[in-house]
Formats: sequence, structure tokens, C-alpha cells
Amino acid sequence: MEPFISLGKISKTFYGVKALDNINLTLLPGEVHCLAGQNGCGKSTLIKIISGVYKPDPGFEIAIEGKPYAHLSPIDSVKAGIQVIYQDLSLFPNLTVAENIGIHQHHHNLLVNKREIRRIAGLTMKSIDARLDLDANVDSLPIAQRQIVAICRALAQEARLIIMDEPTASLTMQEVKGLLRVIGDLKKRNICVVFVSHRLDEVLEISDRISVLKNGSLIGTYPASDINNKKLAFLMTGKEFSYAVLPPIEKIGEVALKVSSLTKHQQYKDISFQLHQGEILAITGLLGAGRTELCLSLFGLTKPDSGEILLEGKAVHFASNRDAVKAGIGYVSEDRMSTGLVMDQSINDNIISTVLSRLKTPFRLLDRAKSDRIVSDLIEQLSIKIGSVDLPVNTLSGGNAQRVAIAKWLAINPKVLILDSPTVGVDIANKAGIYQIISALSRKGIAVLMITDEIDEAFFNSHRILVMRKGEIVAELLPEKTSEAALAEVVNG
Amino acid sequence: MVKKIGVKTHELFLGLTIILIGGYLSYASADFLTLGNLYDLINNYAMLTILACGLFIVLISGGIDISFPAMTIISQYVMVTLIQGTSGNFALAFALSGGLGLLLGLVNATLVNRLKVPSIIITISTLNIFYGLLLYLTKGVWLYSYPAWFEEGVMLFKFTAADGYDYGLSLPIITLLVVVSLTGFIMNKTSIGRMIYAMGGNREAASRMGFGIFKMQLFVYGYMGLMSGVAGVVQSATVLTVAPDSLLGYELTVLAAVVLGGTSIVGGRGTLLGTLLGVVLLAVIQNGLNLTGVSSYWHTVVTGVVIVTSISMTAWSQRKGEGAVA
Repeated sequence: MEPFISLGKISKTFYGVKALDNINLTLLPGEVHCLAGQNGCGKSTLIKIISGVYKPDPGFEIAIEGKPYAHLSPIDSVKAGIQVIYQDLSLFPNLTVAENIGIHQHHHNLLVNKREIRRIAGLTMKSIDARLDLDANVDSLPIAQRQIVAICRALAQEARLIIMDEPTASLTMQEVKGLLRVIGDLKKRNICVVFVSHRLDEVLEISDRISVLKNGSLIGTYPASDINNKKLAFLMTGKEFSYAVLPPIEKIGEVALKVSSLTKHQQYKDISFQLHQGEILAITGLLGAGRTELCLSLFGLTKPDSGEILLEGKAVHFASNRDAVKAGIGYVSEDRMSTGLVMDQSINDNIISTVLSRLKTPFRLLDRAKSDRIVSDLIEQLSIKIGSVDLPVNTLSGGNAQRVAIAKWLAINPKVLILDSPTVGVDIANKAGIYQIISALSRKGIAVLMITDEIDEAFFNSHRILVMRKGEIVAELLPEKTSEAALAEVVNG
Repeated sequence: MVKKIGVKTHELFLGLTIILIGGYLSYASADFLTLGNLYDLINNYAMLTILACGLFIVLISGGIDISFPAMTIISQYVMVTLIQGTSGNFALAFALSGGLGLLLGLVNATLVNRLKVPSIIITISTLNIFYGLLLYLTKGVWLYSYPAWFEEGVMLFKFTAADGYDYGLSLPIITLLVVVSLTGFIMNKTSIGRMIYAMGGNREAASRMGFGIFKMQLFVYGYMGLMSGVAGVVQSATVLTVAPDSLLGYELTVLAAVVLGGTSIVGGRGTLLGTLLGVVLLAVIQNGLNLTGVSSYWHTVVTGVVIVTSISMTAWSQRKGEGAVA
């Protein structure tokens, strides 16, 4: 088959540093091609070369459908049918679905033809069997539907190659399935889809071929059928990862958190469990199972209708999350970027944000010495790799940012630490690091409640697993007495 | 969906408030609901409406421009100076004043684009620079003399009503109608208008789509400048005086009207209808306070309270709407 695009001898040097080194890659029509690699491996640089944003170092060869390009500009790239869907989707939240999909029409015409835009949007949506309200504003849609809008927009511009950067990072498992179905449709239409993802299992499920990048070099391109989760992780990182369940806790600690018959209308019902000191309890389940809603109540952000929460044997009633923090509950939110961290603020300020009231000098000013001590201790404890504590958090990779998010809550010396999807958007090597941190915390006696929708995450990294479905706990499993497959079956019901 | 309903709710709310206040005023004051009062109201608020149209577009684009009072004064000052002794007509006045305003607007756009400094800082600076230059060059001298054709003004479809006064389409009213239609047309029917909405919603995405950001900024700030020039002619025609310091602080009044109309100051959201209703509400309140003899010291307090109430009502109803969906 003639490749849609073939790239030869692609290198890219930034200020003397080789970001890409002699990459040779072909992308075929109708294939789903995954670009795998850790943060900083050169994936984004390669994408920017394909979309014409960066010009590779001299000596490169780029041909699209057999036609060589001595220079590929962003406009050439779009004209050739190359569309990138960035992780942030780049939609216009204030405009309607139809206008977002047909936005390129504004380029060609002086006046707006609303009917034509609606027609194009409707047709495009129908072609991938999507049903969204054309007149809804994009900001009223959930992320998964916005993604559909972004895909439709790419299609409306006659895309032949769609590059999706981390399309599943903020989707639930159920939504990922929907997306994978759409990608299957695109494939049938002979469109090439390049997929960048950290979630290895879905990479393997969807891809035809996988290209692995490491430190700017192409390790190789493999048919997905020749590769498994373990091998891919090895190719990406050069490290073997052990896949073993956590050893059972040697001696069970006191009960740190006890929840009995906790109920909130339409969110969760009759939830009872105990969480011990030093234990990692995973709560898993599908979208809408009520996991996050339950956590929000445990953290005092919403009020349960009935039932009881006991912290170290004492009943607590949180009027707000302030009370929860005071009582010693930390909550690492699943949305690091918007609710977990203040991305523009420094690492230092993020970490001490939870303990400002304890860092006062007698004159009620900030006790710098004490704060520096806390920050440097935590950075060492969590081995966060940073240049300076004064850099903003948005300069960090996903893995390091997540460590900062955890550090912020460790600063309060929590009795109970709630981790909501702790490895969202974190690549494989860093995932292992985060799991090590979690397990080290539990060994220090912190009671950890880990919410996750990744079955392997729950299975390999907890002492006990609760499965929720439609707001209720439907099963309690011990990893050493069950299998990953059995757990998946319970979760999917 | 929620947001869209939100905007409409806001307009509905403004409309109801206007009717409510208007209803009260026509009961409390015999002068409110008279042809004479309403006619004067429209004439007097034409300049504010024209400026509000310009600022509306700037806000939608995700920027802000508060240098327009200076542009308005400079344009009309120069225009009035140049037309002395000519036997021109209003087309000439508009061309001169509008042209100069446009030019000043383009300066704003270029600075905002090239210096990559928030537009509020740029336009605070240009407000001061423009004003300062004008005061320096004119030594603050007022202008009173106009050519005869200018003093005569324009009046189409003139008629004399039962109250003995003349009514018709005056220059401010004609200009107002043209500007409102033009602004509505640009923002709803042209591609550039929709692209301005898009840019205000997500600038990064707009630039990734290949929209010419600088071109759009030139358009937006240029339009604001043009509107300032046009408003300058209207102001001159109404008061037949140019006082260099007459519009000091006016930027906040116009901003208040646009924001009251539901236009977001972070860009992307708002409608021209809302803006117009904002102006009307402001006008009715100020007029009402005058007619009912409330001390002028209270006027600004009442205006402030109305803005806070209106904006928080909308925010509150939107939040409630979202809560119901979630």
C-alpha cells in the first residue's frame, strides 16, 4: 500500500540539543498508528514536524501521497489533509457545536452562511454516527462529546491523517470505548489515525502498528499483534516492571476511617467500609458508579443525606473541606490542572498552600525557615525532580506535577489520604514511581483511599478493593485472592 | 445549552427590569412617558450607545479599550478645527473625525499586538498619552465656533407634535441607527464577526486555526477608534462645544453599560441586544433619578447597585441552571 506520508532522515536540533535523531517513519491510509514513548522522547516534536510547525534539520525527506515536500508549511500540511487534535482540543467554548465544526468556512467566505455551516456539521456528525445538538454551546458538553466535536471539525476539513495527542487522558473508561469506536469508523474510511497515549492497554487494543520513541530516536515500528503490555513498557523505558500484587499488610493497624450507611440521594447509597492505618484501599467502578461523589463527601465538599463518618473512632460532621483538612484528611483531586494545583504558581507555594496557617511567625508573617524545611523535606521524600522550588508547576512533567500535588497534602500530615485517579496523564515510568510513593506512605501508617478506573492500577497497587456500581458497593476483593480478569468482570458487571 | 439560555435569561431579565422601572417612573413622574422626554433620552444617549457598540466588539474579542474618550475628543477637536469656514457637509465631518479615530485605534491595535502587554495596560497608557498630547497642544482651549451647516444639523422626516415641539430623525438618531445595524451585521452575519467571537472564546485555538490574530486586532481596535470618531461628531452636533476634558471618566460609564448588558470582560460572550438593553437600563435609571428629583449624589450609587444586582442575578440563575443539569 502506498503510504499516506513518509518521513525520512528527520532530525531536529534545538540549541544544540537533538530532540529527534534520524527518524524514518511511514504512515499508511486506514491504519491506526500509535506513537509511544515517555515524556520528552520527542513525540510532540515529531507531531509538530508533521503538522508543519517545525522545520526539520536539513537533509530530511517528506513525501505526502508520493509528492515530495522540500518545505512543509502549516498551510501545506492542512491542505494535504493533516489535522492535529491537541490534548486541550482547541475548541471555541462560547460557540455552538455547528459553528465549531464548520469554523474553517469563515476562512473562505466574507459572509456567514449559517445554513451551509449547519449542513456541513450535520453531515460530518452523521458520518461518524454521532448525535450531538448542533445548537448547543461547546462549553455545555462533557469532555467526551467535545472530543467528538474536535474530530468532526478535523473531518469537516477533509482530514486524511488525524493526529490525536493524549485523547483519552481525561476520559472515563466508558468514554474511551466510545472514542475507540469512532476511531474504528475513521479507519474504515481509509483515514490514518495517529494516536499518542500513555495508557498502554488501550494503545494495544486500538493500534495496528506502534512506533516507539526513546530519547529522540525511533526504537522501532512494530505490528501491535507482536507486542504486549510488558514488552511495550520495556521498549519505552528500557526497564522491566514487576507486575506483582502488593504483599498483604504485616499487622493491620487501627481503624482510621469508618463509614457506615452513608447515603446521598442519586449519588451513592448505603456505603459502609473501614479503612485501617497503613492500608491502601482501592475503590473502582465504571463511570457514574459514584466513586468521586463519595470522595467529595468524605472530604467535606458535599454533605451526605444520612449515615456516619468516623475518624479514628470519633464521629465527624464536615461543614466544609476546611474541617476535613483540619481533621487530617487530604484529597489529591483527579483534575490536577484545574483543582489539584495552581499551575502558574511556584512549586514552593503550591506545597505550602495547605499549611499556611501553621507557618506563622509571632508577628503573623510567613515563617520562611519553617516553610523551606517542609518543602525541601517533601521534595526529598517524594524525589521530585525540579530545578528550583520557585519555578511554576506548569514547567513540570505530569509525573512530577502529580508528586507536587501529593506533597501538598502530605504537608498536613494526613491521617487519611484520598487519591482520586492518581496516575491520570502520567507516563509509565513515572506511574511506577507514584505507586512506590503510595506504598511508602501506607508503610508510614497513612490510611490511603485510592479511587481509580484503571483495573490494573487497583489490582496491583492496593491491599483491598471495593467495587462500586450505580452508587453502591457491590464487591470487596483481596488482590492476592483474585485475578485481574476476575476483577474486570466484577467491575464491568 | 446552559450558557446560551443564561444569556437569554439575562436579556429577558434586563428587559423586565426596564419595563418595571419604566412602569414605576411613568406612574411616579408625569414627564417620563412623554414623547419629548423619550426623544431627548435617545438623542442624549446616542453617543454612549455608539461607543458601547465599539467597546462591545473589543470585549467580545477578548481585549479591552478604555482610551476611547480621548480618541473621541481628539477626533472631534481636530475635525472641528479643520471644518472652520468650510462649506462642507456631515460626510466630511464624519470622514475627518472617523478617519482620525480609526488611525488612533490602529495605533492601539499595533501596540497591543507587538508589545504583548495586556490591552488594559496599553489602553490606559494611550488614554493618558492621547489626552496629554491634546491638552498640551491645545492648551485646554474650548472650541465654540462651528460652520453654519454644522450648527443647523440634520433633521429628516421633521414634524411638529401636539406639544408644539419639532421631532424627526436627528443626526444622533440617524447615526445611532446606522451604527447599531452595522455592528449587528458585522458580529452576526460576517465571517470576521464570528472569528472575533471565536478569538475571544479561545485565542490559542484561533491562532492554531490560522486566523490572522493581528488583522483581527486591527479590525477590532480600529472599529473602536472609528466609533470614537463618529461619536465625536455626534457629541459636537449635540452640544456645539468641544471641551478637551469633557469626557474624563466616561470610559467607566460605557464599560458599565456594556457589562450590564451581559458582555463578559474576559471575551467571547455577550450579544449586541444585551448591550443595547444595558444602555437603555442605564439611561432609564439616570433619567428616572433626575425626574423624581433624587439628589445627583445618589446617581452613581444607584447605578453601581443596579450593575451589581443585575450581574449577580444572572450569575446566580446560571449557576442554578448548571446545578440542575449536573
